Amino acid sequence: MSDTVLDVQNLRITFPSHRGPVDVVRGVSFSLGRERLGIVGESGSGKSLTGRAIMGLVPRPGQVRADRIAFMGQDFSTMRGRDLRKIRGKRISMVLQDPKFSLNPVMKIGHQIEESYRLHVGGDRRQAERETLAALEAVKIRNPETVYHLYPHQLSGGMGQRVMIAMMLIPKPDLLIADEPTSALDVTVQLQVLAILEDLVRERGMSLIFISHDLQLVAAFCDRVLIMYAGKVVESCRASELDKVQHPYARGLLASVPRLGDDRPELPTLQRDASWAQ
Amino acid sequence: MSAQAIEIDGLTVSFGAGARQLFALQDVSFDVQEGEAFGLVGESGSGKSTVLNVLAGLFPSHGGAIRIGGETFGMRRSLPQRRLVQMVFQDPYGSLHPRHTVDKSLSDPAIIHGLDDVEGRVRRVLADVGLKPEHRFRYPHQLSGGQRQRVAIARALILEPRILLLDEPTSALDVSVQAEVLNLLRRLRRERGFTSIMVSHNLAVVAYMCDRVAVMNRGRILEIGAGTALAEGRFEHAYSRQLYRASSGYDRALLDELWEAR
Repeated sequence: MSDTVLDVQNLRITFPSHRGPVDVVRGVSFSLGRERLGIVGESGSGKSLTGRAIMGLVPRPGQVRADRIAFMGQDFSTMRGRDLRKIRGKRISMVLQDPKFSLNPVMKIGHQIEESYRLHVGGDRRQAERETLAALEAVKIRNPETVYHLYPHQLSGGMGQRVMIAMMLIPKPDLLIADEPTSALDVTVQLQVLAILEDLVRERGMSLIFISHDLQLVAAFCDRVLIMYAGKVVESCRASELDKVQHPYARGLLASVPRLGDDRPELPTLQRDASWAQ
Repeated sequence: MSAQAIEIDGLTVSFGAGARQLFALQDVSFDVQEGEAFGLVGESGSGKSTVLNVLAGLFPSHGGAIRIGGETFGMRRSLPQRRLVQMVFQDPYGSLHPRHTVDKSLSDPAIIHGLDDVEGRVRRVLADVGLKPEHRFRYPHQLSGGQRQRVAIARALILEPRILLLDEPTSALDVSVQAEVLNLLRRLRRERGFTSIMVSHNLAVVAYMCDRVAVMNRGRILEIGAGTALAEGRFEHAYSRQLYRASSGYDRALLDELWEAR
């Protein structure tokens, strides 16, 4: 059990509504070792909220309950806020979907990354600057000194996402949660960002939770996949065996994607079954 | 000659002037036949959406000539000319007026173009795109993404255009909803026989939907070929092949090439 990085048992997230409380995530359990775990599902399946709950980022008035969320054997429910903050953001960090909305628009790239370094690691300004340039280089930005002085609006989507990754990696986390990190990017840029993630995971022995709606991408990139539907994990399998999934939702999802060379006269659409959500 | 629905010749769009002049489109030429489904693929900034915007008359100025149905379409268009070309936009959350009901969004264009029997047309077009009568008096925020995109398609179709321009019509939707919208578009094209140009960054979607496909990069058309050729990776240009491999899944070997090429 010592190689379990994250253990989540019976995670539930509830939002109040005028028709009474709505359960958005309903009893999600999984445990994560040193691996790349993909979480796939459609909008509203609760995949992003699951990631956010681990980081304590579920927006109010959402309520998070779980039998257990434990990181490296430390149970979050028994910890005080100050100790939690030492884990969240430092040993677990999160990359969000759209760099346009996640970076501070009025702060230079370099200063934003430095802030992350000084907050989590400490050290003086000169050291922070050195580390920042190194981090930018680690995500294959070719001229870090130039990018250091740019503002977010001057970056392309792919560069912005790499800056986000650099910022999240600076405290050297053990676990990275990436929420649709490549969905806003072009296919070739997407490949580059994925390769950077793959290298970092391998070189640093980091664990990765990769949240995405793109089944094929997750199948190719991750080791293991959880498929979520209506707030529940309906199936979990090895990524290489994704084409052998059993659950009708997962099968329907796979079938509805047009593939290169598709000559089906009509794409099968998903016939949703009320029993899936039970 | 009348078989050509759209003839585009030397289309050029640029921003700025002098040394800072930037060409969004450079000498783009292609023809689309009557009833054909034509596709444009490329990455962000390749100019594929600009082609559609120019065709729809949403661009103030451009170089080159556009002929639709043999008739030259200039900057200023007459009402019948505008009616002929209709567009469906990428984001159904942004392209419908948030304070107009579905009914108003659909009947306004019909009234502007002076069509008769607006009531009946709205009813029929809603049924055509697979929406129920009860959706008619809802606001966009009361509809799902797929339903909104159906409304956007209905809004374009109510004018009975000969040419439908589709700008990434499914990229904001979940895959299961994408399948429904793609099926809908294929059925409508079978029934109504309109000519369509579809823009997408998703090669599989374009290859599935289109008879012929053009690959664009940096404002130019690199090559044009059959949709089936694209699907089988038989395009010749190095960039098209790269795009094909990048679309086929996570491929580490391709990356080293990409880093080199940058």
